[in-house]
Amino acid sequence: MIEVEINGQKHQLEVAPDMPLLWVLRDVLGLTGTKYGCGQALCGACTVHLDERVVRACVTPVSRAASKRVTTIEGLSAKGDHPLQKAWVELGVPQCGFCQSGQIMTAAALLKKKPRPTEAEIDQSMAGNLCRCGTYTRIRAAIKQASEEGR
Amino acid sequence: MIGHVTRRGLLSGLGFGLGAWTLGLDLKASPKRTTATVDADFDPNVFIHVAADNTIQLVCHRSEMGQGIRSTWVYLFADEMDAAVDTITLVQADGDEAYGDQNTDGSSSIRRRYVELRRFAATARRALVEAAAQQWRVRPDALTVKDSTVSHGPTRRRATFGELAAAAAKAKLPPAARVKLKAKKDLRYIGKRFPMADAPLFTVGKAQYAADVRLDGMLVAVIARPPVVGAKLTSVDDAAAKKIPGVKQIVRMPTPSAPYAFKPWGGVAVLADNTWAAMRGRAALKLTWSASPNDDYDSKAYKQSMAAAVQKPGDVRRNKGDAEAALEQAASTVERDYYVPHLLHTPMEPPAATARVVDGGLEVWACTQNPQTATTSAAKAAGVKPEDVVVHVTFLGGAFGRKSKGDFVAEAAFLAKATGQPVRVQWTREDDVRHDYFNAVSMQRFTAGLNESGEVTAWRHRTAFPPIASTFSAGADTPSARDLQQGVLDLALAVPHVRAEAVSAKAHARIGWLRSVYNIFHGFGVGSFIDELATEKKQDPRDTWLELIGPAREMSLADLGIEGLSNYGASLKDHPVDAGRLRAVIERVTAEAKWSQKRGRALGLAAHRSFLAYVAAVVSVKKVGGKVAVDEVWVTIDAGTVVNPDRARAQMEGSVIFGMNLALHGGVDFAQGRPVQSNFHDLKLLRIGDAPRKIHVTLVESARPPSGVGEPGVPPVAPALANAYFALEGKRLRDLPFGRAFGI
Repeated sequence: MIEVEINGQKHQLEVAPDMPLLWVLRDVLGLTGTKYGCGQALCGACTVHLDERVVRACVTPVSRAASKRVTTIEGLSAKGDHPLQKAWVELGVPQCGFCQSGQIMTAAALLKKKPRPTEAEIDQSMAGNLCRCGTYTRIRAAIKQASEEGR
Repeated sequence: MIGHVTRRGLLSGLGFGLGAWTLGLDLKASPKRTTATVDADFDPNVFIHVAADNTIQLVCHRSEMGQGIRSTWVYLFADEMDAAVDTITLVQADGDEAYGDQNTDGSSSIRRRYVELRRFAATARRALVEAAAQQWRVRPDALTVKDSTVSHGPTRRRATFGELAAAAAKAKLPPAARVKLKAKKDLRYIGKRFPMADAPLFTVGKAQYAADVRLDGMLVAVIARPPVVGAKLTSVDDAAAKKIPGVKQIVRMPTPSAPYAFKPWGGVAVLADNTWAAMRGRAALKLTWSASPNDDYDSKAYKQSMAAAVQKPGDVRRNKGDAEAALEQAASTVERDYYVPHLLHTPMEPPAATARVVDGGLEVWACTQNPQTATTSAAKAAGVKPEDVVVHVTFLGGAFGRKSKGDFVAEAAFLAKATGQPVRVQWTREDDVRHDYFNAVSMQRFTAGLNESGEVTAWRHRTAFPPIASTFSAGADTPSARDLQQGVLDLALAVPHVRAEAVSAKAHARIGWLRSVYNIFHGFGVGSFIDELATEKKQDPRDTWLELIGPAREMSLADLGIEGLSNYGASLKDHPVDAGRLRAVIERVTAEAKWSQKRGRALGLAAHRSFLAYVAAVVSVKKVGGKVAVDEVWVTIDAGTVVNPDRARAQMEGSVIFGMNLALHGGVDFAQGRPVQSNFHDLKLLRIGDAPRKIHVTLVESARPPSGVGEPGVPPVAPALANAYFALEGKRLRDLPFGRAFGI
């Protein structure tokens, strides 16, 4: 039995301790906003927060989340109104949308640590999140907009 | 009610929960039956349903894969109907022939349907207006419509669409002569910026993709497929796999025979109660495979054989004047070869499909670009009739052509039937890379003859690539005229002697279409060669482009040296090969990029016509540290009438990244019959830091019929990038990928 707090709710999980957090979220708990893209921590589609840290859920055994707080895209804000989510909608960032949960979760952690990141810091922090549709220039613009709103 | 089609909360910003996906399933669902149900409701056609409660259900029969078609759909219909946007619920269509073609492919959703869709909406509007006119005994032309309300100014009478629906439903639909499309000045949304309908869903993780479908008792299948096309399973040791906790069943897949088309790939499926267990189970399988005729497929050797092949004449497909004689007589000749490897799709969402048996038929959920061929593929694999299969379309997490193939849907259908349980087939990233329908590998040879004053008098283009036809007709090795329209036959040239030849090439992998398809390598070859001719001529490349294209004119078939042009299914009257439009995008993009102020900058230019659109790109590169970085990119597209300018811009931005990806990182290489790469460690994709600092997009204002948008931005990017590199370093890059030269 592993106890994990996910989006503010405690769960007692009867799963193998080495099961990746991604599959606990998706297959056990039905939280499908966190995506599978590569299974090797190469694409960032499965990015979630473990306490304040960004982790790739596809390579994070659920045991590592024991007694920690997990935040997924579903728990980032109550009404989908995090400054990043608002900026993403206003600037029309998503194309297919599939990678955007991970993009937003990485960006949220960045803004928490650095409320006003430079372009270089944005590029560096977001380097682990692939987007095949090519929304990178709008992602940069949206992070900047959200960071300014947060001032 | 439309209980049995998948509805998505659209403007409310809410996604439907899992329940909505599994409720009210009716295998006999057809769009005709899903709409005309309640007498008080009005269903002028299969796309529009006006309910008595003044809501509108609008059916979108195109798949959403990032191009924003669902937003375009809502605002296009709302505009022509004068409907209130917030009363519209968008319904994603199941696969059904009643909608006509549903293949979301060929950049065709708008270009093939623009007028037709507007007429559907205008007919609905007119019918509602006539219903009001009859009730109020006034002339229809005396009525105005705004936000789903019909009004008569003089008497101040008003009625909503919902209030008029019953009367409109009883009356005959107005004939075409009484239905007029809005004048451009009256359009409210078309051609203007409007919101992206699904963006709120995407930012909260509520958009439903194929892998997000959950059914009671569902098993997840991960499949071990033959490593080489044509290899057959010879032995299975599944003892270790069966011991993995969560693994429930192990099923042998049917062995396909050529032509492979959209058949399941064969191999062994491991079914488990969660994805992780299925993946582990597959890893524990011990399988042996037979030899295959494709075991020796090796990209290096194949490239050499293609390079040898293009040295000899091929089958002449375009012929104007006498290029051979002109080359003999030329004062000088320039000859160059260009290579493009197998490129691949790698959408961020790997393929996935879920199927279950219902009443002897099948219900399927899939991220498919083409629910109709998915239906037939599923039916064939499961041994049921197509009319007993219903395919629901989820959001597509990228597609780029991959998901118009029904193979992964057929796998799910086969397993659902074989096990009697709901099954989701989940492709891993490794599966996606190794078992793609790859874009054709290509070699081209260009030869130009120049006279003493440096004018190009002869142009010969030889192209060799294994055609997509090989996937559907075993052994097919020669491109069709339809293949060669993509940048060979439709290239506007003001050169007296032009000849294009097709050189045959055998396929050793499944070949398929990838965003802009053969235009990728033809655009790269033409765009690079023109730049090389500029160097030979000691001319500004822009001037060489304009000189070779020649004056503004519509090219006749005789000018082109061909007998016919499939022209992406469009008539040459509506969409001629227009040298003037190609010139204009070059002139515009070079103006935007301040091309004439080149000193101290490294700029590259290329242009290409595809999917009836004209696109030119300028790329600016510079040295940063030891690397070559792409600083800015300018793209100008003439796509005729543009309905959704913001998404058209987004498609151009995405095309720049897509084009940079294939240019810098390429695709897969084969060794011993199988792809060498497997995941994003050895198959690199551009990351945010590699993206240009800025992408400037210009949409040419035009009242011409719409052309494609999703694909045409891709072809000019790779040659513009190679040409920019030449401007910086003085070295030519003729083989893709060339990321190494850029230091990435």
